[in-house]
Amino acid sequence: MAKYLFLKHYRGAPASANDVPMDQWTPQEIDAHMQYMEDFADKLRATGEFVDSQALGPEGTFVRYDGEGKPPVTDGPFAETKDLIAGWMLIDVDTYARALELAGELSAAPGAGGKPIHEWLEVRPAMGSPTTIED
Amino acid sequence: MDEMLLRELTPAVIGVLTRRGLDFASAEDAVQEALIQATRTWTDDMPSDPKGWLVTVAWRKFLDGHRSEEARREREFRTWAEPPPGPTENADDTLQLFFLCAHPLLSPSSAVALTLRAVAGLTTKQIAEAYLVPESTMAQRISRAKRAVRDVRFEEHGDLSTVRRVLYLVFNEGYTGDVDLASEAIRLTRQLAVLSADEETAGLLALMLLHQARRSARTRPDGSLIPLAEQDRSRWDTTLVAEGVDILQAALARDRLGEFQVHAAIAALHADAQPVEETDWVQIVSWYDELVRITGSAVVQLNRAVAVGEADGAAAGLAALASVDRSVPRYAAAAAHLHEKAGDSQTAAELYVEAARLASSLAERHHLTLCAARIGQHRPGITES
Repeated sequence: MAKYLFLKHYRGAPASANDVPMDQWTPQEIDAHMQYMEDFADKLRATGEFVDSQALGPEGTFVRYDGEGKPPVTDGPFAETKDLIAGWMLIDVDTYARALELAGELSAAPGAGGKPIHEWLEVRPAMGSPTTIED
Repeated sequence: MDEMLLRELTPAVIGVLTRRGLDFASAEDAVQEALIQATRTWTDDMPSDPKGWLVTVAWRKFLDGHRSEEARREREFRTWAEPPPGPTENADDTLQLFFLCAHPLLSPSSAVALTLRAVAGLTTKQIAEAYLVPESTMAQRISRAKRAVRDVRFEEHGDLSTVRRVLYLVFNEGYTGDVDLASEAIRLTRQLAVLSADEETAGLLALMLLHQARRSARTRPDGSLIPLAEQDRSRWDTTLVAEGVDILQAALARDRLGEFQVHAAIAALHADAQPVEETDWVQIVSWYDELVRITGSAVVQLNRAVAVGEADGAAAGLAALASVDRSVPRYAAAAAHLHEKAGDSQTAAELYVEAARLASSLAERHHLTLCAARIGQHRPGITES
């Protein structure tokens, strides 16, 4: 009963085993990849472990408050930014071990040549509510 | 239309139907449909026997739903093969329902979801909101849970300790949507305590009541945590404290000590201290000794070390801490507290920072970060910039 966020890094994570950039895949390879991700999400919907997921656009902008009455400051996108998040999935599972198992499965999505990408996924626990019993 | 009444009646009605030979999932579905009809019609026309009404309607819903199905013959045979309805004790049925919903076949989260649905009578939407997941996700979790226990015989002897654990999980969920899960857990534990007449269940109920009594004093309006020692004790709910203590004393008198009773005893000693300086730490330490004996848990040993620090001084607390496994959650926070008490600000500040990094909730992280900052400001040689 804990929520975990799977972060898919477009850049910034250690290189995947099958490390061919997506823009060099064939349309069929991309379709197979997307299908795998959808099937994976559907499977979690069926087990009652799915919360939400979203792919993100590549362009990010940094925004900051710039004082009373002034418009926010924006900066970037920073082309040299090392890390770029491509998307995320939020799951709700019984144990950390289950979260790792699922992340492992998601990492096996097919890429170039129809072979698993073996990409690195970042798994982050969502912070819970304060526990009641702490005396 | 009394929603509380409907929720009170739900488990008993499911119990009656299951006793009549329905499998659990069908009984639960039929009762849900009957509840929907009740919310529509009871507003103008309240039946004189609401439970009888629900049983009759749910039974009819079940028959309507299944007459047309191909499996009719088989089901009727199964119903026929069951013992005749006869007089049954509703209380027993509800207890069986508790057991079924906490069945070891189910994962903890499924057990919680099923208990909230079948025993507490909450809707799938309410449960989903309480756990911050989509309604469809919760619906799937509940149907899977129902499928998992479909073939479990209702008469099977259940494990009361599993039921208690599930109720404690419900209690510890802090989310509040449409329903307050802590209050819901207390309501169900009250019911279970009556049904099972078991001293550990009474201990659990006492523990929940004693914690609930402090609830409004535990957080500031901005949601940040207030440690026990700093809570405004005049805000503790004395009615709940008194009830918790009464229940606990009756349970302890039966001389069959268990984990929850000991936890409740410690909570009762805190509740008894007005002001905080009067806390009977020596007695608290002896209850922790008892708890270490029962559970052997490292978490308990950690809490014991903190209590020893209060009873016999920081040095004794640190000595007790030395034998605790460092990987226990909140080890760093406890160590920071004891080092601060011992006057070693530098070590304490470092440990508070580490504890904040490891915190499992945002409120806790904020609290520990503030502790580190507070010490940092008082440390010689560190200036505010």
